Amino acid sequence: MLTISLSQFLIVAAILFTLGVAGIVMNHKNIIIVLMSVELILLSVNINLVAFSAFLGDLTGQVFALFILTVAAAEAAIGLAILVCYYRNRGSIAIDDINMMKG
Amino acid sequence: MNSAAFFFYLFSAVLIGAAVLVISSRNPVHSVLFLILAFFNAAGLFILLGAEFLAMILVVVYVGAVAVLFLFVVMMLDVDFAELEKGFWQYLPVGGTLVLVVLIEVALSVGAWSVGPVSIANVATPLAPGMTNTMALGRVLYTQYLYFFQAAGLILLTAMIGAIVLTLRHKVGVKRQNVAVQNARTPAEAVHLRKVASRQGI
Repeated sequence: MLTISLSQFLIVAAILFTLGVAGIVMNHKNIIIVLMSVELILLSVNINLVAFSAFLGDLTGQVFALFILTVAAAEAAIGLAILVCYYRNRGSIAIDDINMMKG
Repeated sequence: MNSAAFFFYLFSAVLIGAAVLVISSRNPVHSVLFLILAFFNAAGLFILLGAEFLAMILVVVYVGAVAVLFLFVVMMLDVDFAELEKGFWQYLPVGGTLVLVVLIEVALSVGAWSVGPVSIANVATPLAPGMTNTMALGRVLYTQYLYFFQAAGLILLTAMIGAIVLTLRHKVGVKRQNVAVQNARTPAEAVHLRKVASRQGI
């Protein structure tokens, strides 16, 4: 097996996760960056699952990483379609402009 | 330091650097390109972990489909991106503190993780020796997780239909094919027989 321990992979995934959260929190103007941050978060989750799968010797983690990949692809497609709709209606992609429903 | 450790640190460093540039880049096209770089390095980490199939799928699905979709949308929307960037530094203190707290919490909880003998003994689908990763994954995926696999296909179908329904627009004033009307035409209304007098025409 590797000389790298499991916790090192987990810490890399944790850093990636927090970077994704930072991208969501700090970007108030651009939905595309937010969608990319969600992709980063899902990628960090995948790294966690695959790391556990490798270090436990259990294939289930990789199977679920595959399913997360599927859901992430579907989410990106739907998110971008909604973004295109939103841009057609409002002429902007700023998050601060999403206030039509006054919620 | 052996080569596995060297590549682990290389892939991790480039992955984290690319992720930083994804969220801080001024131009969204650059963000998408750094996202592609991040995916490639994550695929490298997967290969280090012995998950070759997932690494290849990550490159194919993310770089080949999702990132290209992002690029396409970024280039299709005519947005003044310089104006969009203004809020970033304004939210940096609050967001930075929040994120730092989350990072410290997660790193503390996860940093000392070690796999105990009980969890090794209780694995659901143990790795079979002498089998390639793709083959082992296929054996599990098509038997034990068959219904989940079918549900994943349904999710993709729903996403495809949803994306088409959301973005499809019919322009008015354009002649379109209507199959139902075409099929409903009968010879009685489509063909007219006229009696034409000799050397006169209609």
